[in-house]
Parts: sequence; C-alpha cells; structure tokens
Amino acid sequence: MTTMEREAGAPPAAETSSKRSPKVSSSERKSQILWLVGAIVIIAYALIPVAWILSLSLKAGDDINNQRFLPSDVSLENYRIVLSSDIFLSALRNSVGIAAIATTISVVLATLAAYAIARLEFPGKKLILGVALAITVFPVISIATPLFNMWRTIGLYDTWLGLIIPYLSFSIPLSVYVLSAFFREIPWEMEQAAQVDGATAWQAFRKVIVPLAAPGVFTAAILTFFAIWNDFVFGITLTSTEAARPVPAALAFFSGASQFSQPTAPIAAASVLVTIPVIILVLLFQQKIVAGLTNGAVKG
Amino acid sequence: MAAIEIDHLVKQYPNGFKGVNDVSLNIADGEFVILVGPSGCGKSTLLRMIVGLEDITSGELRIDGKRVNEKAPRERNLSMVFQNYALYPHLSVRENIAFPLRLKKDVPEEEIRRRVDEAAGLLELGELLERKPAQLSGGQRQRVAMGRAIVRQADAFLFDEPLSNLDAKLRGQMRSEISRMQRRLGTTTVYVTHDQTEAMTLGDRVAVLRKGILQQVASPRELYEQPANLFVAGFIGSPPMNFLPAHVEGDCLDTPFGPIPLSRERADAVAGRDLLLVGIRPEYFEDSSLVDDAKRPHGSTFQARIDFTEWLGDAQFAYLPFDAEPEVRDRLRELSQELDSDQLRTQAVVKIDASSRIREGQTAEMWVDLRKIHVFDPRTGENLTRDEEAGAELTRQVAADRAQQVDLAGGGRSSGTTETGGAGPTGGAHRADAPQSVDVRDAAGSRQMSGGSTT
Repeated sequence: MTTMEREAGAPPAAETSSKRSPKVSSSERKSQILWLVGAIVIIAYALIPVAWILSLSLKAGDDINNQRFLPSDVSLENYRIVLSSDIFLSALRNSVGIAAIATTISVVLATLAAYAIARLEFPGKKLILGVALAITVFPVISIATPLFNMWRTIGLYDTWLGLIIPYLSFSIPLSVYVLSAFFREIPWEMEQAAQVDGATAWQAFRKVIVPLAAPGVFTAAILTFFAIWNDFVFGITLTSTEAARPVPAALAFFSGASQFSQPTAPIAAASVLVTIPVIILVLLFQQKIVAGLTNGAVKG
Repeated sequence: MAAIEIDHLVKQYPNGFKGVNDVSLNIADGEFVILVGPSGCGKSTLLRMIVGLEDITSGELRIDGKRVNEKAPRERNLSMVFQNYALYPHLSVRENIAFPLRLKKDVPEEEIRRRVDEAAGLLELGELLERKPAQLSGGQRQRVAMGRAIVRQADAFLFDEPLSNLDAKLRGQMRSEISRMQRRLGTTTVYVTHDQTEAMTLGDRVAVLRKGILQQVASPRELYEQPANLFVAGFIGSPPMNFLPAHVEGDCLDTPFGPIPLSRERADAVAGRDLLLVGIRPEYFEDSSLVDDAKRPHGSTFQARIDFTEWLGDAQFAYLPFDAEPEVRDRLRELSQELDSDQLRTQAVVKIDASSRIREGQTAEMWVDLRKIHVFDPRTGENLTRDEEAGAELTRQVAADRAQQVDLAGGGRSSGTTETGGAGPTGGAHRADAPQSVDVRDAAGSRQMSGGSTT
C-alpha cells in the first residue's frame, strides 16, 4: 500500500493543473461520463446473469416460481442437496483432476515447443504455427463421434486419460500459439547475454527466459484450464459413469430433490459452486500476470 | 588477460553473402581495438563471431593461442556489453551483476558479494544495487551492463555499440569512463562503433571495415593522416575529407580550384594516370587573408565562389561548389552512399577561421595547405601518396604513449594527476576532448577502489 500511495503521489503537479483549468474539464467530464455509462452497461451485461444464477440457487423448493428476482427466503437448501449428491462430488473430483493434469502437461510441453518455434529457424516452422492455429478453430464436435468409437475399442472410454488426450490435443496448439508470441517479445539479447555470462542453453532458458515469460505461461495456463473446465462436448460423449464424468456433463444428469421437481435451482447452486475455483484461480494468477515485466531489460 | 588472433575469418550466409570476408587482425594482450565502419559493414558480426554468438564459416579464431572456433560462448571466458544492455529485468542490479558469478557455482557467497561491491564501487552504482533495471536511467543501465562485464574477470571485454542509445552529453561522459576503466584494468578490449569520435578517442588501434573487408588497421592518428584508401579517408574525419577531381599535367595537378604543384616523389607516384581524386581535409583550407606568412609558402591560393557558410563560434564552415565530370560525380556519389552520408552536390567543405569575413555568394581568395593532401586513384580507391613509414611511426608513438599510460594506471593508483600528466604531449593530443573530466573522476574512482580493497 505504501508504495502505491507513494507512486500515486508522485505526479501531483499534473493532477492539480488539469483540475484547475476549466476549459479542459468540460470536455473531459463529457468523455468521463461516456466512459462511465459504457462501463456500467458492460458490467451489467456481464454480471446480471451471474446475479440471477446466484439468486436462483438461493431459492428453496417452489420459490423459483415466485415471479421475482430475489428469493422470498434466502435458503442454502440447494447447496445442501448438491453437496450431498454423489453425482456432483465425483464429477467435481473428475473435473479438478483432469483439468489440473491436462493443464500442467499442456503448459510444460507448449512452453518447450513455443520456445523452439520462437528461437530456432527450421523448415516447416510457419506450417506448424499455421496448423496450430487451424486446430484451435477446428470444430470439436466433428471428432467427438470418431473418438467415441475409437476410445470404446481401445478401452479409453470413460477414463480420465480418455478425456485428457483430446483436451491436450486442443489446448497444446493454442498454448503454443500464445506462448510463441510471448517468447518472440523477449529480446534475444537476454539469452545471448546469459550465454556469454557463462550459462548453458538450459540455464539461460530456466534462469532468464522462463522468468521473463512467466506472464505468458500463466496466461496460457489459465486459458487452458478454463477451456478444459468448461468443456461439455467431450465430457458428455466420452464418459458414461461417475468414473470420469466432469461437472458440466454431470449437471445435465442432475435431478432435483424429488423425481417430480425440476432441478433448476440445484443446478444453479452447482453452477455457482463450480465457478468458485475459477474465480480463485484468476485471483491467484492475476498477480503473476504483470504486464510490462520486460520493462528495463533493454534501452526503453 | 589474453591476446585475440583473428586469422582469415569468413562469415558466409546461406544465400552466399559474405558478412565478414577474410579478416585478419591480431589484438595484443591489453590492447583497446575499435572496429568501425558504416552500417552493414560486418563489424558487429565480427564481434559476435569472436564472442561465439555467430558461427565461423572459415578461418581460425585464437584466444591466448588456443583455437576457439568450436567453443560455446560460455567456454570462451569473454564478457560482452550489448547495444541495448540486455539486463535481466527480473533481477535487481546486484543480482544482474552477480549473475555470471552465480553461474560458476564454485564462487562462495561472500566472494560474490565482495566482487559485486567492488565493481559497483568502480562504476559508482553503490546506491542502486537493490533496484530493478526498469527503475534506472539509460546511463545507469549502461553502467550496470559494464558492471556485469567486469565482475567476472574475463579474458577480454567486447562492446557492441554500447553508447549509441545515450544522449550526446552522457555519451561523452561514459566514453571517458570506459576509457578510464579499460586503462585501469588493462583488459583486452574490442569495441564496435559507427561513431568516429568514439573510434578516434578510445582506441589504441582502429580497424576500418567496409562490406566485410578490412580496409586498414592503425592508430587513429595514422588513419587520419595516412589513410590507405579513399574509403578510409572519407570515413575518418568530420566533416569528411573533400575529394576533388584532378588531371595530371606534368608536375602539377589540375583541379577545379586551380593547379596543385606536386613534389618530385608525389609526381612520380601519380605519373601516367589520367583522372585522379585529390583528398583535402576541410581544415587544410584557410581564408587567404588570414594565413600566417610563415605558413603561406606551404600552400597555394585560388579564387572560389562561396555558396554557403556556417559560423560555429570556434570555426566557420564554408561550402565551395565545383564542377565535376559525370564519371567523378558518380564515383563520389557512390562513395558517399557507402559512407552513409547523403551528400548530393559536388562541393568542398572548408573549415576557416571564425573571424573570417567571407560571406555567402561572394567570390573569395582561399589558401590551401598542400603538405598533407593525398592523391587517390578513383577506380581502385588506392591512396597513391601514402607514406607507410610516416604512418607506422605515428602508430609506434601512440603505442609507446599507451604503454606508459597503462604502467601509470596500473602501478601508481595514488592520484589521477600523474596519470594524465604521464600521457605525454602526443598521446594527449588525440584525446584532447576529455582530460579534465577524466582527471576528477579518476581521483574519486581510485579512492573508492583502494577503500574497497582494504575492507
């Protein structure tokens, strides 16, 4: 906090001068208002559905038909249902495990691959990047059926590995693409300086390049984790039991408190619950994604 | 400490272009050698070949007599300062400087701390050690990069245009600092620059490169006074040497500025040639009315129209247009393109006394000193009047002065005054721009050094 205050206090002259000159403030205020309106619209657009889900999840029993936005009585009943349901807990375990494993493997492999692509000249380099980009826009649904058949034949159907493999094949190209852009931004002199200073290629990579590319690595990790965490198509086609079924797919099999009630409110509660790890991850990694970390490396 | 021997080095790119073409150069232990040339001449490539960042196509590179062609950069024990400094932004200044030592593994923590502090003291970085590079100014980053280079006690320092990103004032300051540091440490240094002030003031010897080919290696004074060819003559000196077309007529050269008489030897050297280029440096000219009578017999006078003048306070530049035949004009244009200058007209730049009353548009009588002019063959560029012996003598003088300076810097670190006093009249002459500032900083620096070594 103290450093922030000090930094904020650094240019007081500029601030006061802009406040005191009346000409600037009228046009400045107009644009400030426009910005504010725009920001409110965007925030509302993004947050109203979240608030809605949240309020739904807090409505107990038939309260979802109360024709109002807010619940008549705030109740945690739906959360109790969800957390006592085996379907949800096993799905959560599957989701966390699969996403964590796939993200780790994907980021490690993609970091090495992207470094090679950014640094080395070899024939077919453009082709690799082009194919990587093509894969990221490839419609996932088109390989769901073939994979279903293949996995059933070789016994990967309804296993963690059976989900991790297709996730990797889609997330690695995306990560390679993101990371190679990051590596290209790092001045090559950094690495050459390290080599002249006595580092081996591996030391230069580990001690200089990786720390500098950390924001990129975390960005790629978050993107990958989200994509896997949110995936529905593979989750529903390649699993059949609680052995591997992830949360998004499991929600579709959710039933309410009794067979005859709609499971809308428990699903809302489950949705809120699965959003929490994502929010925690973003908040954790946000500190790592420091823009402009390479400031000061070169002349500037 | 090591000598670097560059033996017929060639760098050929896959498309067949030779970035460095058959360059041979022996750099003695402790010597400060400058690689200079216009952009694209291969000077940086040569430096990077020495440090190992660029493969050697053919030829041999020896450091301390051992072939290092195949060795990785880290095995050559050289340190390098990059043009953009290449500091590690995620590490503090202390860790940046300590980085090479940490990689060695066998250096104890205490030793690292001591050596970093010593280097920081030498470069006056003491208060900045805990900062990150982003919080430093350009000059400070430059000094950190130098600290990282010297902390390792490498066999040689390599500088790749280290000052080109600094503003003019700081550049002058850092120039004297690099010179001072090199003299104190006595480490072999190779320094790449395109700035000829740096080349002239820093180097014991200067190697001029053009299109990957070494043109001349000599002391700055020899380069200036006895250039080997048209390119070197045009590259060294600012404003550049004037080249006038000339035809041989008996013992005289017929130029647009009148006939120039030649001595016996010179006439012999140019005999039998048709078209020649006469190279005259701007300061060899003078307003005829202001020439000392003692000097006057060494030159000749001529009438010329003044196109334009620039008064600078200490001197005055006048531009004298002249006519040249197409062949000469093309050759001169080609030359100026090679030299990265964009002189469009055929005109001579002359440097005359600031008190001269010659003004634009007038026709004035000019005097030109003929003792130091050179005559070049326009086709081969060869200097027909180069006096090898006089040139070698200049370089010998500089070498002798230099040895004296290093002795004083290494042995008597008691005060800065002895050091500059010992530079001698000739050595001081070509480094005339900075003696005072060097003096003061030097004294401060040596105090810090001796303080550091006693603790």
